[in-house]
Amino acid sequence: MDLILLAINAILVKNILLMQYLGNCPFLGTSKRMETALGMGMAVIFTLTLATTITWVVHRAVLVPFKLQYMQTIAFILVIAALVQFVEIFMKKTLPALYLSLGIFLPLITTNCAVFGAALLSVKNDYDFVHMVVFAPASATGFALALVLFAGLRERFRVAHIPGALQDTAIGLITAGLMSLAFLGFKGMT
Amino acid sequence: MRIVKEFGKGFTTHLAPFRLVLGLCPVLAVTTTVANGIGMGLAATFVLICSNVMVSLLRRLIPGKVRIACFIVLIASFVVIVELVMKAFFFGLSQSLGIFIPLIVVNCVILGRAEAFAARNPVHLAAADGLGIGLGFTLSLALIGAIREVLGQGTFLGHGVFGPGFEPFAFLAQAPGAFVALGVLLFVMNAYDRFRSRMRA
Repeated sequence: MDLILLAINAILVKNILLMQYLGNCPFLGTSKRMETALGMGMAVIFTLTLATTITWVVHRAVLVPFKLQYMQTIAFILVIAALVQFVEIFMKKTLPALYLSLGIFLPLITTNCAVFGAALLSVKNDYDFVHMVVFAPASATGFALALVLFAGLRERFRVAHIPGALQDTAIGLITAGLMSLAFLGFKGMT
Repeated sequence: MRIVKEFGKGFTTHLAPFRLVLGLCPVLAVTTTVANGIGMGLAATFVLICSNVMVSLLRRLIPGKVRIACFIVLIASFVVIVELVMKAFFFGLSQSLGIFIPLIVVNCVILGRAEAFAARNPVHLAAADGLGIGLGFTLSLALIGAIREVLGQGTFLGHGVFGPGFEPFAFLAQAPGAFVALGVLLFVMNAYDRFRSRMRA
């Protein structure tokens, strides 16, 4: 029960994109077409889960026993950068079809703050292993959900009459604000 | 003077959140008050200047293929310095900025300047560029923070502005308000640009 609540909380109530403001650059950058949004969403679900798990283990197994918590930032970003590089190489060799569909988004993920943010949050909230394993994919699913919904809305902009000065990013941000308002409604669930 | 030009573009053509549309996460997250906005902006400015100078100094030594990883490690080192200094001397600020201090590492403005400017230019220009972009970023954060604090909480730097009868727009203090405020500001800027170019024509 506790775990189901945690998952719902991470996907809807505390949506990593619309409520915690993490990962906004790829949110605005890759949401112009549905296919790219789906590709980015999948890539984030995959790497975020992997990165959060590994950084959690690094934190518990290396940083805490040696009292190196102040090195957290450097250690985490190194792990994430290396992981993204590794995933890219591994995927190219073994899953070429998946690599072709996700390929261009993978390098971008190193600087996706959603990945780094989820890693920091799961350490900051002091989750144990089981909670972390639920929290990470749920956060990433929340990211993908918001991204795909937003891309759906944004595809409609092409046929809408938008005033010149509002075009592109400005209207995108206001739409994201309205979506965020809708997600605020989930607050009553907990 | 080239150095003045590189400094000045941070306030005009390269104004960080509005013109470059990069580094949006801190812009949205920490601008609930003016003080938070300025604190975040100055922290990012420090990291930006240091990373620009280091990247520019090492630009002939860093091999092209692993440059992104090298840049990130350099940036991360300066972020740790900021983190520790803030925890020691500005504890309240570091508590209210929370995970957004370590998240400066993945702020695309900083990596973007390292890649697009510092890696190809001499040190003094890179430092001027970092200072200009950083201060422009700080100003923008302070502006959004001011709008959200004055209208969302009825205060400015913690002092009441409107008197007791004012009912604050709670919407602006929360997540949706951040997106809408930034979107509207961007709209006002675009509209002003279009108006000016029409006047000139």
